[in-house]
Formats: sequence, structure tokens, C-alpha cells
Amino acid sequence: MSSTLLRMEGITKSFFENTVLRNVNLTLERGEILGLVGENGAGKSTLMNILFGLPVIFETGGFEGKIYLEGQEVCFTSPLQALDAGIGMVHQEFSLIPGFTAVENIVLNRESTLYNFLVEIFGERLATLDYPKMKDRAIRAIKRLEVSIDPEMIISEMPVGHKQFTEIAREIEKENTRLLVLDEPTAVLTESEAEILLEAVKRLASQGIGIIFISHRLQEVLEVSNRIVVLRDGEITLEKKASETNIREIASAMVGRRIEGLTTRAAQERVFSTPTMTIEHLWVDMPGETVRDVNLTIYKGEILGIGGLAGQGKLGIANGIMGLYPAGGKVTFEGQPLPLNDPTIPLKKGIGFVSEDRRGVGLILDEGIALNIAFTAMQIHELYIKKFLGGVVKWRDDRAIMKAAREYINMLAIKCLHENQKVRELSGGNQQKVCLARAFALNPKLLFVSEPTRGIDVGAKSLVLDMIYKRNREQGTTIVVTSSELEEMRAICDRIAIVHEGKIAGILPASTDSSEFGLLLMGAKPTVEEGVISVG
Amino acid sequence: MDRIKKFIADIGWPRAIIALFLLSLFVLAPFVNVRIDSSISDTLVRFGMNGILVLAMVPMVQSGCGLNFGLPLGIIAGLLGATISLELNALGFLGFFTAIAISIPFAVVFGFGYGQLLNRVKGGEMMIATYVGFSSVAFMCIMWLLLPFRNPTMVWGYAGKGLRTTISVQEYWGGVLNNFLSLRVGEFFFVPTGTILFFALMCLLLWMFFHTKTGSAMSAVGANPEFARAAGIHIDKMRTLSVILSTLLGAIGIIVYEQSFGFIQLYMGPFYMAFPSVAAILLGGASINRASLTHVIIGTFLFQGILTMTPSVINSMLQTDMSEVIRIIVSNGMILYALTRGVRVKSR
Repeated sequence: MSSTLLRMEGITKSFFENTVLRNVNLTLERGEILGLVGENGAGKSTLMNILFGLPVIFETGGFEGKIYLEGQEVCFTSPLQALDAGIGMVHQEFSLIPGFTAVENIVLNRESTLYNFLVEIFGERLATLDYPKMKDRAIRAIKRLEVSIDPEMIISEMPVGHKQFTEIAREIEKENTRLLVLDEPTAVLTESEAEILLEAVKRLASQGIGIIFISHRLQEVLEVSNRIVVLRDGEITLEKKASETNIREIASAMVGRRIEGLTTRAAQERVFSTPTMTIEHLWVDMPGETVRDVNLTIYKGEILGIGGLAGQGKLGIANGIMGLYPAGGKVTFEGQPLPLNDPTIPLKKGIGFVSEDRRGVGLILDEGIALNIAFTAMQIHELYIKKFLGGVVKWRDDRAIMKAAREYINMLAIKCLHENQKVRELSGGNQQKVCLARAFALNPKLLFVSEPTRGIDVGAKSLVLDMIYKRNREQGTTIVVTSSELEEMRAICDRIAIVHEGKIAGILPASTDSSEFGLLLMGAKPTVEEGVISVG
Repeated sequence: MDRIKKFIADIGWPRAIIALFLLSLFVLAPFVNVRIDSSISDTLVRFGMNGILVLAMVPMVQSGCGLNFGLPLGIIAGLLGATISLELNALGFLGFFTAIAISIPFAVVFGFGYGQLLNRVKGGEMMIATYVGFSSVAFMCIMWLLLPFRNPTMVWGYAGKGLRTTISVQEYWGGVLNNFLSLRVGEFFFVPTGTILFFALMCLLLWMFFHTKTGSAMSAVGANPEFARAAGIHIDKMRTLSVILSTLLGAIGIIVYEQSFGFIQLYMGPFYMAFPSVAAILLGGASINRASLTHVIIGTFLFQGILTMTPSVINSMLQTDMSEVIRIIVSNGMILYALTRGVRVKSR
């Protein structure tokens, strides 16, 4: 028998109409470390979920293809079967019990037990725990990693690095573990902790365990893996020995996703010289999208793209400036300092915002289209208001609101029955258009648009992007688009800034080759210098 | 059949059942020697006297503060206004409006404090509001004894101080609204035009308020606080304002109630006053985060109709007093039903 541990053949998976994996073939030898990389949404998680037999796969119609574990065909229908077959998984989020010690977590549900009389009456579940033996087992598992963790320490008191090690120890403590999947194990670790972890991973591999290592830190992947597989749009775009490739090659294999139905525009280098907003040392405490130290200048009349992988902080920038999350730093708008942490001020000064959280922040779902469009303009600029008694009574002018709504419905081709239809009843794309209409109604000088195409169909995507583009060209509105879709931003933006770990990793003209953006996304240094068009 | 099902789904099962029940009571009435005309008349009187107290639910529901279980606080402001107007010996319409005028500053101050408290307990407003109501009633039990009222019609005869539990307003401003432009047909039929007009006026004012800039902002805060915040609205300010409005309506509501009832009830009187109003608006079809004037009007009519009809009709039929039992089942059942429904909508 060969030393092949895992072979996945012709894996294809679609969620309803959307194909996320196309004919993926993957093999893993014993003792090999396989680096699996790809952008968010490239299909890595789905592939691992299939391997693990997560219920979500079967609830959505199963998958095509075959999985062989040590030559035997397997098809897990629940994670428990995968665990029994010797597959361990370490998740990004810690799945540990915070109030338990390391020992208890490591041997959880596999505890060594001693007999007592209650077992006769109530069965095995009331057997006494054999603490010394459990501790022994835990220490042995920790030793295999060659790290020092206090086995008696409670998880909630541990530094994050130790938690990660505890979780790995739990997986390898199982006697039959032969395949270990590590999903971004270093994302929360400091550099020195990450190094220790990488060492431990190599050691485990040398003991014959096959490891699939998923990470966004390309340097790390290159260092630790024997072989690297790059996924893009559900297909393998690169499969090479780690020693035969480099970061640049991996990055360009990752980016450049195909997007259907996008209007192609002639690359047009526009030069801008008047700054409209300067951002210095901005930090924003937005959960999951922390901004640490952003310096950025936005020029009057441009479309600036802000890209980056999920969780790196790109969404935090607009939310912080709009005062929706606690923020600090110095922001200047049109030569005047812009106070942070008060949502009213930026709106009054003429800054608009289309939130990435369309249903949560962007809309009142149970109100009509007309009120949703007019609301902010009415509250901030007192448009659509009739004043009585010398301004004491500010009456909502429903007729003016209807009229404005009709105009925007025509302009943005919002598909609806009438102006007062509840927004909840509209499709995602049309809801997004309502959000845009609301921002346009404010007549902003600077407009932040976050994730404009998230969760909407292809036709609506290009329409929404066209509207943003047109607004910029026809009215001269400065627009900042924050998006995870690099190719969409390249189609409409003048410059694109990439955010990595809460900081701007670099700003490049949109026409730059996509592999350069790929490098920035991964936090590697670009080869083209910044500032090509930002000369005053 | 489908049309009937859709119709019932639109108006809601509880409303349909209660409405049918009420209708059957009116149909049954003549057979057990209960006069229809006096029944309708009683229903109208109770509708007018309770309407504004139910209306007091609307601002807080619309701003997302939940149902106003703290209504007793507003009622206390109204009671203070009423007792002080009696102390001043104000008579007739003058007395009635004096009572309202005096209660307004109390209601604003109480409402402001109550609003500040509710802003600190977002998510648990209704629970806290219930206890605000209860404890304010308990506190006022002490104050009614201690406040220096002197009017001999109000204080205990043997001590010459401390207010009585029940005070008649008949000689001051009792029935001023009820009798204003009132319509009397025969011996039994009576329409309290003034009270109903006053209720309509309050509805109109509230409707107008929700059509202003501030009113729209308040509704938005209730519908989606995140949206409102992103649109530059100060959420806490709007919530406080809504609580003040609700408290104010509670104060005016109880004065209207008293002029019709003929008595001021102090001490434990306001203790359970919130529940019938809460039940009425829920019966009208409101949920814990959406309420409209239609809900108020339909709900008050159905609820008060049941309260008027059950004692006379059911008691004549069964020869026992079932009215209190039915009242409790309907009011608490409605509250229970609406609260479970609210939770389901949230977790969806």
C-alpha cells in the first residue's frame, strides 16, 4: 500500500445554483504538510466541510466526487464519524470550555474513568474520573508538541497562544489521529508564538501525521508546507512543491477572479490634486474589523477603492469616520477637523454612507421604499419638510417624498409595485438600490459605499456599480468604495488601497496588475511604489 | 374558504374570536332581558373614558421602549393634578382643564426620570417599567397621607388631614366632558359626545405628531435603532421624549377617566391600571414594537365591550358572577399571547 493518506477526487459542490467547488482533486501523503491558500470565498472552508461531513453539506444537496482515506472510500455524514476515522480539526475560533482546565479540555468526553457502584445503576456516565491518569495523558500530548503549558491552568486564564496549543493537543491526544486540519491557526498568535506553533506542526508531521494547513500568511505557508495548493473560484489554480514556488506566484494564482456581466471600461488615468479628506492615525474599535492605524488621503473627484481580506479592518474605516463605532485619530474634511464618534456631524457636513449591513443598518425593512429613501435627507437637511408656525411644527411632506421616490425608482430602475411597498419584500439588489438612493438623496460631497455588491445577483451588481460610476462622472461626487471584490473595484476605481491587519498595506492605481494587489492582500511588500497619481 | 382564512389571518385570530364573542353577546342580550340600547351606551361611555389611557401606550411602543407597563406613573401625575385642582376649588370645565394643566409639569418630570431609567435597561424595558409603576404607587401611598391637602371633601374626617381613598369629583368637574353636547334618546340610550370628541382630539394630535420630523424620527428609532443612529438621530433623546409623551397621555387619560367615573381613586387605585390598557391595545392588533391609532380604537372598543357585556349577559345566563373571571382571562391572556408572539418575531 502506498503512503497516500488522503485522496479527494473530482469534488464538485454547488449551493443551489452557485457552484463553489469544481472538480477538485487533492492528495495528502503521510507526514506531509499541505498548505491550502485562497481568497475568502475561494472554497477552502467548503472543501474542509466536505471532508468533515458537516451536516450543512448534506442539507444543501450533498456533493459529487469521492474521498479515500488510506485507500478506502469513505463518506462521512457527520463530524463524529470523521473524528472516529482519525481526522482532527482545529478551528479558527477556539472550541474550548473556558471554565475547564487544560487537562479537562484535552481529554473531554474521552476521560479515563474508575469504577464505582453508581455505574451499576446509572451506567458508564456516572463513573468516577481518574484524574492522575487524565493528567498523564494530557501531559504526554502536550509533550508531543514540545511546548510548556500548565495542564492545571483554566482556559479562560491562558494567553491565546496556549489556548491554540491546548486545542491541538486535544486533537493529537486521540490515539488514532492521522490527519489534522489547521484552519488559520496563527491568525490570533504573536510572531513568536506562531513560530513555536509552526515548529510543533513540523514535528507532528515528522511523526507521520498528515496535515492540511490553511493560512492567509503566505510567508508562513511557504515556510512550513511541503506542497502548496491554491484555490480560486472553486478550482485549483496552482499546485506545486513549496520549494519550487514563491509568494508572487501564489498571490497571482489567488487573485483575478472572473466576474460575469461587468461593464469593461477603457483604463483611464485621471489625475487628482485637491485632497478632500485626510485621515491620520485612525483607529476604530469595530468588532471583527478592527482598524489600528490608518493614514489615507482622499482626493476630490476620485473613486477610491478600499480592499482587503475579511477581518483585516477595511470595513472599519468608513464605519469609524461615520461615527458608528468608537474611533480615534485625526480626520480632516475640506480643511476642517472632523469630530469622530457622533453620526450626525459627518452627515451634516455632506458625507454619505451606504452600510455593508444592508438589512441591519441600511434599511427599515417594514417601512415603504419612499420613506426609506427620504428619511436621512429629511432628518439631516430638512428636505421634504413643510414648516408651520414659524418652524415650530415641521410637517413631513408626504407628497414631496413620493415625488422624490418616484424619481429615484426610475433613475435606479428599482423593481417594485409602488413607492410605498415594504422594503422587506424587495430582492437584495433592489434593496441595495434603495440604500444608494437614500445616500444620493442626501446629495453628498463624499460618499462611502461599503460592500455594494454583496449578496446580490449578477445583473444588479453591474447596475449598482454603473450607478456609482455615473454619479462620480456626472455629479463629480467623491466616492470611496469598500469591497471584498477586487475585480469589481478595478473596474470602477481610480486608485485602490489595500488594508492588512488594520493598516493600509499600500495604494496602487486600479490599472496595476492584479498580482501586485494579491501580494498586498497577503501583507507582503509590493514591488511597485505607491503614489503614482497622488502628486500634488 | 381561502378568503375567510386570509381575512382572519389579516385581522388576527384573537381579534376575530373576541369580536365574534362580543357580537354573540349583543345577539344574546335581548333573550336574557338585557337592554341593547343601554349596553351600547355603557360601551360607548367606557370606550371614551379608557381610550386615552390606551393611547398612552403608542409613543413608547413606537420608539421601541415596549408596552408602557409604567402607566401608573403617568396616572399619578394625573391624580396630583386632579387633587390639586380640587384643593383650588376649581369648578366645571375650568376645573377639568386646571387639573390637566397642573398634571402636565408633573408628567414631564416623572416621564423624564422614567425615560432616563429605561435608557439604561435597553432590552428589559417592560419588566423594569412594571416595577416603576408598582413602586411609584407604593411611594405615593405614603405621600397621599403626608401631602398638606386641606379641602374637607378630600381629607379624612376624623384627622382633618391625609387624603381619602375615594374622592368624589361630582361637585367639581364630574361629567363635564360626558355631558358636553351629549345625546340622550329615551331613558336608556346616552352618547357621551364630549368625552369621545376629546379622545378623538388626542388621537388627532398624536397622529399629527407622528407626521412631523420628530415623530418620524421616533418611529424610526423603534423600527430599527441602528438605522436611526446611522441617520444621525439621538436614540436616547427620542426614547426619553416618547416616555414623556406616554406619561403625559397617562396623566390626561386618568383625568378624563375620573370625570366620567365621578371619583378619584387614590392609594392602590392605579396599581393594576396598566394591564387593561396593555391588553386593549394588544387586542387591537398591536405588537410590542408596532402600534397604531387603529389598534387603539379597535382594541379599546373590543376590550371595553367585553367588560360591559359579560357581567350583564353572562351573569343573567349562568346566575353566577363570571365577569371578573372573563376579564382576567381576556386581559392576561392577551398580554401573554402578544409577548410570545413578539419573541417569535425577534428570533426569526
